[in-house]
Amino acid sequence: MIRIGVPSKGRLMQDCFDWFGAHGVVMRRDGADREYSGVIEGVEGVVPVLLSAAEIPRELASGRIHLGVTGSDLVREQLGEDEVAEVSKLGFGQADLIIAVPNVWIDVETVDDLDAAAAGFRAAHGHRLRIATKYHRLVREFLQRHGVADYQLVDSQGATEGTVKNGTAEAIADITSSGETLRANHLRVLSDGLIHQSEAVLWASRVAEWTGEDRKVMERLVGMLGVRPPL
Amino acid sequence: MIPKTASRAEGETLLAAFLQAGAVPVETDLLQPAETLLDLYGEDIRARAYVTQDPARGEMMLRPDFTVPVVQAHMSHGAEPARYAYLGEVFRKQDRASGKASEYLQVGYEVFDRSAPEGADAEVFALFRDLLAGLALRPVTGDIGILMAAVRGLETTERRKAALLRHVWRPMRFKALLDRFSGRAPVPAGRIRLLERLAAGSPLDLIAEAGTFVGLRSAEEITARAEALVADADTPPIRATEAALLYDLLNLEAPAAAALAHLRGITPMLPAIGPAVDRFAARLAALAARGVDVSTLAFEASHGRTALEYYDGFVFSFLGPKDMPPVASGGRYDALTAVLGAGAFIPAVGGVIRPELVARLKGAT
Repeated sequence: MIRIGVPSKGRLMQDCFDWFGAHGVVMRRDGADREYSGVIEGVEGVVPVLLSAAEIPRELASGRIHLGVTGSDLVREQLGEDEVAEVSKLGFGQADLIIAVPNVWIDVETVDDLDAAAAGFRAAHGHRLRIATKYHRLVREFLQRHGVADYQLVDSQGATEGTVKNGTAEAIADITSSGETLRANHLRVLSDGLIHQSEAVLWASRVAEWTGEDRKVMERLVGMLGVRPPL
Repeated sequence: MIPKTASRAEGETLLAAFLQAGAVPVETDLLQPAETLLDLYGEDIRARAYVTQDPARGEMMLRPDFTVPVVQAHMSHGAEPARYAYLGEVFRKQDRASGKASEYLQVGYEVFDRSAPEGADAEVFALFRDLLAGLALRPVTGDIGILMAAVRGLETTERRKAALLRHVWRPMRFKALLDRFSGRAPVPAGRIRLLERLAAGSPLDLIAEAGTFVGLRSAEEITARAEALVADADTPPIRATEAALLYDLLNLEAPAAAALAHLRGITPMLPAIGPAVDRFAARLAALAARGVDVSTLAFEASHGRTALEYYDGFVFSFLGPKDMPPVASGGRYDALTAVLGAGAFIPAVGGVIRPELVARLKGAT
C-alpha cells in the first residue's frame, strides 16, 4: 500500500486535492469535519495520510510515507537529495525565500553590498551582523556561495519581519508572497536576494520500503498523473 | 576499513616522535565554546562542525580542530618558545554521499617561536617529511604571505585592499573583486542603480525619504558607506600591468626553486612583495639545509586558500592517492595568535597528520 502524505488543511490542502482531482485521483477528507483522515478514489492501492505540511518532510525522510506533497522550501531546508526525489512541481503554493534589509539602508542594493555592510557593522558594533531566519541551511548555503562573511544567523520561527524593528536582527531571510508585510515593517528585498523559489511539489521518499506491489501501483499512478517515474 | 586500534597505535607512534622532537604533550577539551569558533570562521563552520546546546555554557561545538584550543592554551599561560604535540579526535560533518569519516584522529605538532620563523617552517615540514617517508606521498607547498603582500602593495585605495584581504581565503569572491577593481568585469547593474540613487541627494536626505528608521546599523554608518561608494566609483581601476602580475601570482605553480626565481623576476614590478619573497628564499634555504630538494618541491601560490582556514604564510600538504583526503597539512598562522591572544601575538606554525590514513597506506604496501 502506497501512503501519500497530503496537507491536512487550508488552501494548500484544497489546491492539492484539486490537482489530484484534475488527474482523475479524487481525494477528500473523511468522516467528521475535525477528523484528520481521508479517502482516495480512482486508484487502487493508495492511501492518503493527512499531515501538517511542516511534518511531511520528516515523514518522507523516515520512510513512513512513500509520497508527500509539501513546499520545496521545507524539503530543501531539511532533506538531502538521497532522501527524496522530486516527482512533479504542482504549480501552486508559490512563495519566495528572500533576504531583506531595512529600507533606510540606501547604500545596500545587492548581496555584495550586504557583505560589505556586514564587515563595517562588525567593526563598528563588535559583533557579526545578525540575519533572522528559520531557513538556516538554505540561507547559509546561499550566503556561502556568494562569499558573504561576518554575518550570523539568529533563529526566528515566526514574525521574522518584526525582528529588525525589535532590535534582535539587522536583516531577515524569510518567505514572502506579496512583499506587503516586508514594506509594512520598513524592509526591502535585495535585488539579487532571491534564495529559493518555493512551490508545492510531489515528492517520493527514497527511504520508504517500496514493495513490488507498490511499484506496480506507482506505475499506474504515474500514468494517471502524467509525471516522470521518480525512483 | 582500518580498525580503530590500528589508527590509535599509529597515532601514538607519531605522537611519541613529536615528543621526541622536543614537544610538550597538550590536551584540549572535546567541547569547545561555539562563539569563539563562529567569530573566527563565520557561520560556514556550522555546516562542518557539530553544534550542541549546553544549558549553562550556551552553544558548544565538538572539537573541529586542535589549533584554536592549543593557541588559546598557549596564549593564556605558555612559556616561550614552545613546542606542543597532541593526539585526539576531531569531528566534521560530511555530506551523506561523500563516504568521508566524520570522526577521526589527528596527531599534531605546533611551534611557537619568535626567533626564526623560516627555520621553524622548515623544522615542521622536515619533521613531517621524515615521519611520512616511504608512503609515496606528494608534498605541496604554498605561501599566502606573498599574495597578501602583493595585495597590500597595490596602487589603489586602502578600502579596496581591505576588501581583497578580507576575502583572500574565498578564491571566487577574491577574483570577482579583483576583476571589478581592475576593470576586467563591468560594474554590476545593481551597483549602477545604487550609484544613480545616491546621486539623487545627500545620504541623510535619502535616508529620511526612505521612511521609518529601523535597525541597529546607524545613519552614520550608512552615510559613511554611501560616501565611500561614491568615492570608489571615481577611483581609477588597478593598472592593467599591476593586475596582470597579481593574476599571474594567483596562478603560479612551479617547483619551489623555479617559483623563487620567477618571484625575484617580478619583484621589481611589485616591490611590495620583496620582504615576503626574501622570507620565501630564507625558508627554501632552511628547507635545503634539512635535505629537502627545493628544485623539485611543488609550490602553488594559491595552495591553502580555502574557506575555514587561517593560514597567512607558509602552507603545506602531503597528498596520497586521489580519492584520499590530505594525509597531513599545516602552515603558519601568525595572525590567529593575535586574534585569540587579546593583544598578545607570537609567530606560530604547525600541522596535523591523520593516523588512520597513514595506517591505511601502510596496510596497502
